[in-house]
Amino acid sequence: MAENASHDAHTTGTQAPGGAAEHGSSFPPFDTEHFSSQLIWLALIFGALYLLMSRVALPRVAGILKDRGDKISGDLGAAKAAQAKAEASGVELEKTLAEAKAKAQGMGQEAHARLAAETETKRKALEGELNAKLAAAEAQIADTKAKAMSNVETIAKDTAAAIVEHITGKPADPQKIAAAMANAKA
Amino acid sequence: MAAESQGIDPIHQFNINRLFDLRLGGVDASFTNASLFMLIVFLAITALMVLSTTGRHVVPTRLQAAAEMAYEFVASTVRDTTGDAGMRFFPFVFSLFMFVLFSNLIGLIPGAYTVTSQIIVTFAFAALVIGVVLVYGFYKHGTHFLHLFVPSGVSPALLPFIVLIEIISFVSRPISLSVRLFANMLAGHITLKVFGGFVAMLLGAGAYAIISPLPLLAITLLTAFELLVAFLQAYVFAILTCVYLNDAIHPGH
Repeated sequence: MAENASHDAHTTGTQAPGGAAEHGSSFPPFDTEHFSSQLIWLALIFGALYLLMSRVALPRVAGILKDRGDKISGDLGAAKAAQAKAEASGVELEKTLAEAKAKAQGMGQEAHARLAAETETKRKALEGELNAKLAAAEAQIADTKAKAMSNVETIAKDTAAAIVEHITGKPADPQKIAAAMANAKA
Repeated sequence: MAAESQGIDPIHQFNINRLFDLRLGGVDASFTNASLFMLIVFLAITALMVLSTTGRHVVPTRLQAAAEMAYEFVASTVRDTTGDAGMRFFPFVFSLFMFVLFSNLIGLIPGAYTVTSQIIVTFAFAALVIGVVLVYGFYKHGTHFLHLFVPSGVSPALLPFIVLIEIISFVSRPISLSVRLFANMLAGHITLKVFGGFVAMLLGAGAYAIISPLPLLAITLLTAFELLVAFLQAYVFAILTCVYLNDAIHPGH
């Protein structure tokens, strides 16, 4: 609306608002007619902008940036502390692990030694037993052999007596047979 | 017919129209379309910097991240250029940067008004910067501030010329600062409008309508370029402000 009015004034040149025509200049930026109103509104609006920026907006943004910086550095500190704690826990864990390993190895060795000792005792007991049995068996064999040998002597005496009786036709003298056998033995 | 000629006239976009009249003590203080867009720029910056940061999230939302980026970008610029002593001017440089940046960017929206395409606006900013430099320089250093114009280690024969050159360079600062921004915005918008006019004219020129996509493509590329310029000019404005403020904080070369 206003544009049209101005333009009409511009072309007809009869009305007051046609600034360009009035001042003989058709180039609006150099038209001094509107300088005062522009300066007044610019001063008002730029002044308000300056106040708003310097009092409200910029301190607020600075606060936001500072809060964020604080939070980031705080979080970084917490992260570092957590990392140090985790590392300490890792060291502790390794220590515990090494201890447990050593203990387990000790237990294993102990068990091994104990089992070996047990086995050794059992083996020795068994060996003793077996030796005793062996000795008993040997004794029995010797005994049996001795018995058999004495039987052989009796059989030999009887056989000799029988042979002598058969050949001579009269019973043999047991004393002579015993003497002959002792002679043969010697 | 009137609307058509308006569409092609590249200067029309800079016209200032009163939305409602207002006079303060005999001075014209009418609320114009330029004032309206100053207000829109103000509200946009407020939305970004104030409303998006109300949550104070540790993990920022997108808008809050943008606000933080703007803060850190300008803060590092000020600190790198002026040192820690210059951080007292940080809110000033930040307000300037954001206002210029948002004016430039919002001005690129078709139909929007570019606040910084008015020489009086950019000159007011430049004069404000130089005013702050002068006031702070004399307040902080007294007459020692004048050593700014007297470089040390210059032979006495050359000194008058050097001082003259230094003074000319200082005086031309507000002019270069304001004209640079104003001219960049003005030229960019005129170029966009001219190419837009080409599209309209070619479409209305019968068989030539077939090449009308070419200027349209040019507008697309130019708009991307103008986005860069919008940011770059705001940055240049802010960093030059810092350089000039640095002279007030640390006079003498």
